[in-house]
Amino acid sequence: MLDRVGVKSLDDLYSDVPKDVIFKGEYDLPAAMSEQEVRDFFESLDSKDEKLKVFVGQGAYDHYTPSVVPYITSRSEFLTAYTPYQAEISQGTLRYIFEYQSMICALTGLDISNASMYDGPTAAAEAVKMAPTCTKRKSRVLVSSSLLPNVIKTIQTYSYYHGTELTLIPCKDGQTCLDSVKAELARNDVAGLIAPSVNRYGIVEDLTGFAEAVHGEGGIFIEYCDPSALAVLKTPAEWGADIAVGDGQSLGIPMSFGGPYVGFMACRNEYVRKLPGRIVGETTDTEGRRCFCLTLQAREQHIRREKATSNICSNESLMALFVTVYMSLMGPKGLKEVNDRSYAAAHYLHDELLKTGKFAEVFDKPFLKEFVLKPLMPVERLHIKLHDGGFFAALETEEGYVSFCATERRTKAEIDALVALVKEA
Amino acid sequence: MSKVIEGLRYSEDHEWVKVEGNIATIGITDYAQKELGDITYADLPEVDDEVEAGDEFGALESVKASSELLCPVSGKVVEVNPELEDAPEKINEDAYEAWIIKVEMSDPAQVDALLDAAAYKAKIGE
Repeated sequence: MLDRVGVKSLDDLYSDVPKDVIFKGEYDLPAAMSEQEVRDFFESLDSKDEKLKVFVGQGAYDHYTPSVVPYITSRSEFLTAYTPYQAEISQGTLRYIFEYQSMICALTGLDISNASMYDGPTAAAEAVKMAPTCTKRKSRVLVSSSLLPNVIKTIQTYSYYHGTELTLIPCKDGQTCLDSVKAELARNDVAGLIAPSVNRYGIVEDLTGFAEAVHGEGGIFIEYCDPSALAVLKTPAEWGADIAVGDGQSLGIPMSFGGPYVGFMACRNEYVRKLPGRIVGETTDTEGRRCFCLTLQAREQHIRREKATSNICSNESLMALFVTVYMSLMGPKGLKEVNDRSYAAAHYLHDELLKTGKFAEVFDKPFLKEFVLKPLMPVERLHIKLHDGGFFAALETEEGYVSFCATERRTKAEIDALVALVKEA
Repeated sequence: MSKVIEGLRYSEDHEWVKVEGNIATIGITDYAQKELGDITYADLPEVDDEVEAGDEFGALESVKASSELLCPVSGKVVEVNPELEDAPEKINEDAYEAWIIKVEMSDPAQVDALLDAAAYKAKIGE
């Protein structure tokens, strides 16, 4: 093959790489393994895994992944490394992205969805970056401190390098303080507000009045959502949000060491040209047949260069496929059932934990599948007890609360076993 | 052959300027609209925005390109063509009829530095 391409050695192919950046040391790699040895190696790694029952959420939820989802997503037609450069040659890929976008629009009630983002926190950061572009002239964005900590940190990182000024809005009774929002808006330099529909304490926020207040001062309202919960909660469109973002992990993606997850991002029609990322549109080919294409590409980096709305020029395609297959399988009825069962499990857990007398209630607010309590014992002791009993639960928060979550996967027997351990702690 | 109108002034970046008092009406030339092809979207400034000569005041998107609009004069935007939001193709239909913005000039002498019709014709080689 080297003869055929006209070079003497493999190294000749790298002759354009400057000599001083080429690594010259010995590679510290273990010896090659046989197939049997590789299998043994990974089995030994796997045996180190603790198969704990997950009673924690904080942005990643242990919902059930029906076996059809990995079966379809691992088909070789889908499991390719990258979008081809001539995207339209892959009608199957564009088709499922189009279906994904349509489902995200149905969930959020908004007009347009992009083809997906890396994850929820980066989608939130991109949405915050959109606010000054959508509103022009205004530069400051309000960030609710009831958002998940990793979401706030990612927004801060992106905004620092992009020059967007942020103001954290305090919580009142565990939810975004509307009066503080109004006080900041009065300064007349606010481009937008980002607040969660379900917050870091698991509370389902009452967002009445937020969109009106922000719109009244010419800003935009961004809602951070758990898409699974949108099946039963008021949609971002119903709350008057202009942009909705969140992590699609709760829609069938397993919790595999924190990723890969997938961010979703949807907005109202009027902001479509400020929306980052790829968008798949429906069109017809030269023979009038329905087909799909990438559309509105003039927003994107390969055309607008440094003036592009974002430097994202790909999407989290395989994970978007996960979400698409999951949602097709569940439908609105299935998603509602997931929420009903999660709600029942979480509320039973909440009430049983309080009955032990080992915790105090922090907020008396509506919650769905997640909540925080104040521990009346050393958290360390609780953690050891639960961990030894096979549970991952009671995650300590920055505020010194402990966070619990129960999805539809948690059975009454599991909950009773956890509560029994708490009683002993 | 692209249309060039006598009496208008032209920038090196293919914008035309029509001066009435201290108000400059600005659009892109027929030559520029032909180069761009079918215009699908106009990203425009807002009334009261301050613009500087040589700075970007918006962008025109055609099917697979996006071009920045550079302002030939400094001043304040006093009017934006409302038709372009829904019908940017009007620029393709008649680039001199479909003006883009009107600017109240802060330094009307900047117009003198712009090209006249003959110089612009020479620039585009027609």
